[in-house]
Amino acid sequence: MSTATAAHGAAVEPAESPLTPESWGKLGMWIFLAGDAVGFGTLLAGYGAMRATSADWPNPYAVLGINLTALMTFLLICSSVTMVKALEWLSRGHRDKAKMFLALTALGGAIFVSLQAFEWTHLIHRGLHINGNPWGASLFGTSFFLVTGFHGLHVTAGVIYLLATIGVVSRRPRPMDSYNFVEITGLYWHFVDLVWIMVFTFMYLL
Amino acid sequence: MAEHKHPNYMAIFYYLAILTAVELGVIFLPIPKIFIAALLCVFAVWKAALVAMYFMHLKLETRTLALIAVTPLTIATLLVLVLLPDGFAVAKKTVDEKKVAAPAAAEKH
Repeated sequence: MSTATAAHGAAVEPAESPLTPESWGKLGMWIFLAGDAVGFGTLLAGYGAMRATSADWPNPYAVLGINLTALMTFLLICSSVTMVKALEWLSRGHRDKAKMFLALTALGGAIFVSLQAFEWTHLIHRGLHINGNPWGASLFGTSFFLVTGFHGLHVTAGVIYLLATIGVVSRRPRPMDSYNFVEITGLYWHFVDLVWIMVFTFMYLL
Repeated sequence: MAEHKHPNYMAIFYYLAILTAVELGVIFLPIPKIFIAALLCVFAVWKAALVAMYFMHLKLETRTLALIAVTPLTIATLLVLVLLPDGFAVAKKTVDEKKVAAPAAAEKH
């Protein structure tokens, strides 16, 4: 503890904590994300185990198609960029610009979920169901809907979170007052993007 | 809170976009599937690391947060190691006895 405080230069708090008051929120979000990462990690590892032990696992690339999903991946990366831009504008004191970029981020998330709904509808019509499909192992559909659904739920929650964040940025007296809040929102949003990078690779490309 | 250092976000964005394009290209490489899989894993981890380091500011944070971030990675790695023997048990692979009736549209695949 003492070495960490010393490394930070000026004493931040009289207590023995190396954390600033702002970083407690960050710490909380990181702990939540670590737990969430274990959740996603377990789902993906379970997917791998089911696939490895099945003799008739369908070729995901052929069944799911990747054109739309590649676009969705790109969209989510773009929304991560608008998120960091919002933070950047906020640090320069431009509240309206920051709010606009937060709104763009939320829009990106909303479009992502809509495209996912479109993709699911399409796949269900072609016969990919949660309890079976025409191409092979029934667990393929189960795991596909479970993992992408769990991620889609995170994106939906993220959009709501972002809209609430815009409200916070509007209410606080000075732009910098909400910097920490926006940064924590960003942590969640980038995590959702990070998880999608993994899901896209392991469930669509491999 | 004085100044906040911000990495060059646009550079990271182009980096990620290029890596995604390369990933899509890798699928069509005329090399054994195992190498493609390995390459894809490398690219996925690479991209995830870029997002965590720069967008999530892990590079600029205290080590405490980095340690928290590494914890799930460690657990996931252990989990994969535990599940690995299952994947090599080739003789015991399962096959679905009953497939769901295919709609007409699915016949193409």
